[in-house]
Amino acid sequence: MINISPNFTPISGIIGGILLGLGAALLLLAQGRIAGISGILSGLYSTKLSEWFWRLSFLIGIPIGAFLFMQVELAPLNIQISNNKLLLISSGLLVGIGTVLGSGCTSGHGICGIARLSKRSIVSTLIYMGVAILVVYIIRHLL
Amino acid sequence: MKYILNLSINLISGILFGSGLALSKMINPDKVLSFLDLFGQWDPSLMFVMLGALIVMFIATYLSKRMAAPFCASTFNLPNKKLIDLRLIVGAILFGIGWGLIGLCPGPAIASLIYLKTDSFIFFVSMFISMGIMKGILSMQK
Repeated sequence: MINISPNFTPISGIIGGILLGLGAALLLLAQGRIAGISGILSGLYSTKLSEWFWRLSFLIGIPIGAFLFMQVELAPLNIQISNNKLLLISSGLLVGIGTVLGSGCTSGHGICGIARLSKRSIVSTLIYMGVAILVVYIIRHLL
Repeated sequence: MKYILNLSINLISGILFGSGLALSKMINPDKVLSFLDLFGQWDPSLMFVMLGALIVMFIATYLSKRMAAPFCASTFNLPNKKLIDLRLIVGAILFGIGWGLIGLCPGPAIASLIYLKTDSFIFFVSMFISMGIMKGILSMQK
């Protein structure tokens, strides 16, 4: 059965999502580019200075925005990831390889791609969501 | 002058994106894992984040199709692949496994660097290096 967590935050969720969407919308309408973070980040592996310029200027904004919201107490005060270095390295590997091979992640496929009604993005999102849910189920409820 | 305009716009886009990640708490992998934990204490918040973002992006996509060019660039630079191929599927599977293991994907990984935590850096570096290796492998296939 499904138990709803008391940590459910629909309002900050929706507003946060709108902010996120506005950032992606601005990048699309002003620069004609998709705000797919994996694509923008992996694209730094390029020798063109013009590529570095636009990618870095966008990417640097992300921690700046998060930091600003942290200063006005609109962000989590702290986060916990993991002490398990092997887990950190292997999940980083899987995310790095998977997003490049699959041409996208939650922002690229999940938001921008679905908004464009891209069949590739819809398929990708269904797969990575389903797999992630399965992985969490196995770790938290089977092992 | 054009550089300053582009720099500002890109920066503002990133700031909006990052602030959205912070406000929605998607920057916190526990929040994401609680969404993926469908059969545990389920936190539907991520769904609401996607909903908010999708509403905005549906509108933006609609507008973009009626524009000859973006406001500050000469052309739209959009992906044009249509085929649902093995790379897409295997990539999604691998990404899903990694995401399910840790609750971080590229955007929150970058944003979470603000907490100056070692685990955040380790994940980010591992992810970034793997991206480079994968890009290298794929470019050799051509």
